[in-house]
Amino acid sequence: MDGLTFDLAQTSLREVNQFLHQDPLRHGGQTVQILNPDGAHSIAVGIDAPIQVEIQGHAGYYAAGMNQLATVTIHGNAGPSVAENMMSGRVHVKGFASVSAGASAHGGLLVIDGDAGLRCGISLKGGDIVVGGSVGSFSAFMAQAGRIVVCGNAGDALGDSLYEAVIYIRGKIKSLGADAQIEPMTEADYASVEELLVKANFTYNPKEFQRVASAKQLYHWNADANQEY
Amino acid sequence: MCGIVGLLIKNPELRDSLGELVVPMLMGMGERGPDSAGLAVFTETLPDGYRKYSLYSGGKAVDWEAIAAAFHTELGSQPDVRFQGNHAVFSADQPPDQVKPWFRSRYPHLHLLSTGQTIDLYKDTGSPVQVAERYQLRSLKGSHAVGHTRMATESAVTPAHAHPFTAGEDFCLVHNGSLSNPYMIRRQLEPLGIQFETDNDTEAACRFLEWRMREGDDLEQAIQNGFAELDGFYTFLMGTADKLALVRDAFACKPAIVAETEDYVAISSEFRSLAHLPNVKQAHLYEPAPEEMYVWTV
Repeated sequence: MDGLTFDLAQTSLREVNQFLHQDPLRHGGQTVQILNPDGAHSIAVGIDAPIQVEIQGHAGYYAAGMNQLATVTIHGNAGPSVAENMMSGRVHVKGFASVSAGASAHGGLLVIDGDAGLRCGISLKGGDIVVGGSVGSFSAFMAQAGRIVVCGNAGDALGDSLYEAVIYIRGKIKSLGADAQIEPMTEADYASVEELLVKANFTYNPKEFQRVASAKQLYHWNADANQEY
Repeated sequence: MCGIVGLLIKNPELRDSLGELVVPMLMGMGERGPDSAGLAVFTETLPDGYRKYSLYSGGKAVDWEAIAAAFHTELGSQPDVRFQGNHAVFSADQPPDQVKPWFRSRYPHLHLLSTGQTIDLYKDTGSPVQVAERYQLRSLKGSHAVGHTRMATESAVTPAHAHPFTAGEDFCLVHNGSLSNPYMIRRQLEPLGIQFETDNDTEAACRFLEWRMREGDDLEQAIQNGFAELDGFYTFLMGTADKLALVRDAFACKPAIVAETEDYVAISSEFRSLAHLPNVKQAHLYEPAPEEMYVWTV
């Protein structure tokens, strides 16, 4: 077997992840192939090197979590919390992603070709997420910084309790969360959407997107609001 | 955390392989639930008037043939008995309202796991590997199955607290999650004469839904009433004589994934316990949406 191809049906996940953590560049930057992921948890977590990793199948929880610098492609679906806490680099899910995709990501780009489940981009801290399909309810909940582009629709409570993160959405919003509001698109917004669509390889027209951001009414305690927002 | 699995065979030729297919699914969820495991299997339906009774004797050795002889003498019909250690399935042309009190008074240490014309039920403490081995679950045949691996969070680890839970006839339920109002449900049901066997939250959901169906709801209406009454986190998988039904709470707190092919519908908490299934790479895979009802008929 090629030294840079790992078959998870033969090799333990720990061995694969240790390889990815310990100077993977010494192999001259060749792409690392991971076969038969079969829904295993924590595949390719914690990489800190500009390498390419191709996961050939469906990944379980936390795939490519805490990623730095690496480009990880999942040729299948991803389980909960794909690319959670990503710092930089790129994670691409060719299928659909389960709940909490890109949770708390500080940087980097997460691309999901299919749908994302509930809580996509929850507590986003500066990363970018592009979803080719739709996102589930409570997406971008308490997202602090970063951008989320949704080419499809959103479920309930989109952008609930948003801070400075911005959502661009092409389809329908079932409902907005507390303190989230639709705002006019500026030239800078169109440029952002264009940039992210190009990076994610989608051909939609940025003019089809609308902007959702925080109304900032929750930034300061309002005793008169009676807990109603 | 717990694991749930379900399998409904569409291609009748595969019914003899139900156990072979579903046991690796159950074992694949061992990390999610190492405390206890259980499996309900829906087999060919017995003729009218006949019932099956799955029985469990716990740690006590039992002479099942002697019990069958007493059954014959005292209830007047010869039961067909299949047994495996501390577990047996009695089949007989005797209605539950005679058989259940008879077992209860004559053999109070026996636990009646299930009653019906199609359901057989196995559950015990131990890992799914141990439980599957103990009861030779791989050899089971049938049209559909509902399984569970338990990591206890809210009540004790005993065989009676293991899932699936049953109520009435040919109905079982497994649960991943935790309910916040099981005692409210219980206080609603107990005055109606509905008796509980454990303090487990899942038992409340199981008895609530079975009560709704006895009151005239079909499975779908009962589930709809469940959405209104049952509060908490849940992915529920239910089995009836001819159906599997799956629901998730409004927040989809607990995972579930479905794989459908021409031959089967397979349900699990995670894909990793479906990965061994034949042709799963070609299957239609999806995550059930929150507060939607998914019902498959045999």
